[in-house]
Amino acid sequence: MPALACLALFAAPSFAAAPLNLDAYRGHVVYLDFWASWCGPCKQSFPWMQSMADAYAHRGLCIVAVDLDRDKSDADRFLSQFHPGFDIVFDPHGSLAERYRLRGMPTSMLIDRRGKVRFTHIGFRPTDAQAYEDQVKELLAEK
Amino acid sequence: MRNKLRAILLLAAGAALMGGCSSLGVKPWQRDVLARQDMQLNSEPLDQAIDDHMYFSKEASSGGRGFAGGGCGCN
Repeated sequence: MPALACLALFAAPSFAAAPLNLDAYRGHVVYLDFWASWCGPCKQSFPWMQSMADAYAHRGLCIVAVDLDRDKSDADRFLSQFHPGFDIVFDPHGSLAERYRLRGMPTSMLIDRRGKVRFTHIGFRPTDAQAYEDQVKELLAEK
Repeated sequence: MRNKLRAILLLAAGAALMGGCSSLGVKPWQRDVLARQDMQLNSEPLDQAIDDHMYFSKEASSGGRGFAGGGCGCN
């Protein structure tokens, strides 16, 4: 799968609605990340997520980052720093956050090719990045 | 009969009250307001650190502002 395949699964993202249908990603390994511009560790996670997308997109990894900012200008300022090459979903009312019962910021979930949540990380610690990457590789190796 | 009814009503009201505090608090994704600069208890961290330095030098005690140190005056 080329890197752009994941992006194509989303229509142009709009700030108001938060339609997230992970069925479209079935067969991919999905790294679902919840972030906000005011969250420090989220800033640290973005370059790492980009490097994961660059390294593993061709093997079927899709990164979906759900923004929980209430104000779009905050999100825009954040995104203009990083220019992420992965999917961004906007959830200004926190309905997805509610649905996934977040307990901290950022929270990321690693979903396997069958659509099952296999790993959940609360917070992002650069020292654990290797462990996160190993989990990604583990799920990518499954068929 | 009337007393029984009253007891049941009281119990029901009590049970309803118990749920009152279950949804207090800020959700993790709603902490943006708390994270704002103008919401900090301490708007000038450097200034505060200097003040604290003078304070513990003169008063032989420190702490109590939420940072580490219990006021033993030993730092």
